[in-house]
Amino acid sequence: MTSIEAHVQQPYKYGFVTDIESEVVPAGLNEDVIRLISAKKQEPEWMLEWRLKAYRNWLKMTEPHWPNVKYGPIDYQAISYYAAPKQNPKLDSLDQVDPKLVQTFEKLGIPIEEQKRLSGVAVDAVFDSVSVATTFQAELAKYGVIFMPISQAIREHADLVQKYVGSVVPYNDNFFAALNSAVFTDGSFVYVPKGVRCPLELSTYFRINASSTGQFERTLIIADEGSHVSYLEGCSAPMRDENQLHAAVVELVALDRATIKYSTIQNWYPGDEEGRGGIYNFVTKRGKCAGVNSKISWTQVETGSAITWKYPGCILQGDNSIGEFYSVAVTSHKQQADTGTKMIHLGKNTRSTIVSKGISAGRGQNTYRGLVKIMKGAEGARNYSQCDSMLIGDKCGAHTFPYIDVRNSTAIMEHEASTSKIGEDQIFYLRQRGLSAEDAVSMIVNGFCKEVFKELPMEFAVEATRLLGISLEGSVG
Amino acid sequence: MAKNQALLEVKGLRVGIAGNEILKGVDLAIREGEVHAIMGPNGSGKSTLAQVLAGHPAYTVLAGTAKYDGKDLLDLKPEDRARAGVFLAFQYPVEIRGITNSYFLRSALNAVRKERGEPALDPIDFLQVLEQKVKAIGWDDSMMNRPVNEGFSGGEKKRNEILQLAVLEPRLAILDETDSGLDIDALKTVAQAVNQLRSPSRSFLIVTHYQRLLNYITPDAVHVLADGRIVKSGGPELAHELEAKGYDWLRDAAMVS
Repeated sequence: MTSIEAHVQQPYKYGFVTDIESEVVPAGLNEDVIRLISAKKQEPEWMLEWRLKAYRNWLKMTEPHWPNVKYGPIDYQAISYYAAPKQNPKLDSLDQVDPKLVQTFEKLGIPIEEQKRLSGVAVDAVFDSVSVATTFQAELAKYGVIFMPISQAIREHADLVQKYVGSVVPYNDNFFAALNSAVFTDGSFVYVPKGVRCPLELSTYFRINASSTGQFERTLIIADEGSHVSYLEGCSAPMRDENQLHAAVVELVALDRATIKYSTIQNWYPGDEEGRGGIYNFVTKRGKCAGVNSKISWTQVETGSAITWKYPGCILQGDNSIGEFYSVAVTSHKQQADTGTKMIHLGKNTRSTIVSKGISAGRGQNTYRGLVKIMKGAEGARNYSQCDSMLIGDKCGAHTFPYIDVRNSTAIMEHEASTSKIGEDQIFYLRQRGLSAEDAVSMIVNGFCKEVFKELPMEFAVEATRLLGISLEGSVG
Repeated sequence: MAKNQALLEVKGLRVGIAGNEILKGVDLAIREGEVHAIMGPNGSGKSTLAQVLAGHPAYTVLAGTAKYDGKDLLDLKPEDRARAGVFLAFQYPVEIRGITNSYFLRSALNAVRKERGEPALDPIDFLQVLEQKVKAIGWDDSMMNRPVNEGFSGGEKKRNEILQLAVLEPRLAILDETDSGLDIDALKTVAQAVNQLRSPSRSFLIVTHYQRLLNYITPDAVHVLADGRIVKSGGPELAHELEAKGYDWLRDAAMVS
């Protein structure tokens, strides 16, 4: 062994398929399909109209090709836009959930059984497109916190949904967001009332199961004045031969003095060594700090997907509001990631922090793309950006595209960037002290990601460390 | 192991890197408790010898053997050599961002302890192990909470190597030009720490270009490496002779032979 070998494949550990009878709408997209989805969800008329408006706009839009990723054409008529596991429609307890479904969750290690491992975490599990079980609802209800599938919220809290859906990511925002607006089938809805500090970490686990179904979940989180909420999102998908599309939308709204912390661990199937069968993760995530002194913090650990295209951003509208973005993106195999953030400063004395860590191994291509925009009225705005890239092996790539647009001369901007390579000497040093080659890589990578991991809630930090280990296993020869 | 048996026995060792032969047949035997110094001009292969004994993957062993404690050393992975008690103090210690010196050293110690069949130390027990050893090299605890070698001066890095040596308690410690880049005070501290670590059950192989470290650490044997071969061996007095006469006379002698 004379050199660090290119990344060696690590079999995807979550690639099992659950044999549950699904109710799948035939492939293809037209207004009838949208009407069908809306009818199945028993939606009010305004929701259907909104979907149709989005669809008609989408027809006029073209798929974006500016990201630094390569993939073949997507046939949007070959995708089925709705798949629900067939089962008892009403669920009062976990006993009523299809045992195979529960087994799947157990294989994924999802804490759906309330007393298990992650007690203290409320989970709204989204299996394909329908939420099958929501835990802790009663406990949360005591505090007035609403945490439920968005399809249910559309029926039961129509006023809130109607007021805020599309208020941060409009139905015509971009190609994938428009598609999502037309066909989204489920997702989570959270409302935290005034002055309430949500007593639990809220968590959703997304998983794509049925083949050739896109997953178009939509999440809406509203933190009312003076409230605080932390939300965790984890994702995985089984192995397939065909690439699968995942076009989600997440909207966050923080009113005066509210804080939203949104953490993601994304471990979608990355595909085989050529990226075949991997998830196309084209996601629009955006938060609006609508009120004064509000704060939105995004933390993401992205280890999966064949292609990742996402820029969780913050619109800093309220004076003194704060936006944060902490990201670790790993690309190995033939994975491609074009990810970063957008910080739009509108209010006075708004502050944003960006810490991005890109790790490329194998033939992975990792791109950081970030926009910091200081608008004219954003007196005294500040931004700090730090973009670090790490390369493992010599067949991977790291790219950085920072865009800065400043229209107010009082702004203070700081940008730091670095690129490093895990070298043979570094690994040898650690092995000479008794650590195995894998532990050595793991230690170096974890050290590199430390500033981001410390932002994650405890349970997630442990999982992130473990996932990184799995993703990079065998990356040294 | 019998007292007079060698802990390390190298025979006919030939080593290359990127097609160049660096070591052209090295023989060396170090018994338990002995301190040997390897001296020689730049490019003679001193550091190569140190790195090969520790298992650096960039080097290819072309011929020869190296036995450590009766085992085939060259057959072991670097981490297995380390766990078996072979320690290399690096000439150029690497930096590891985001990992504290303390965490790193505890991970290393626990890897070695596992091999010895000893239980892993938790952070509190580890602090007790560390306390005296940190003082011995003239440091306070704050150095332990800094990332490994990051922003350390050359001298601090070398002290850190000696601290690791003290904590890991190897049976064979190889010091690769630990004296280079040290001012006289740091040199004395390092030498003192090494002298304290000398014991009948620990051997040292000290690689150095200059004789000055040997003013403070008296070796049992001195070997001169030139052009990939040991051209002369002797007692501590050989180091003084080299200091006075330089290396050229030996190199010329090697050419002739």
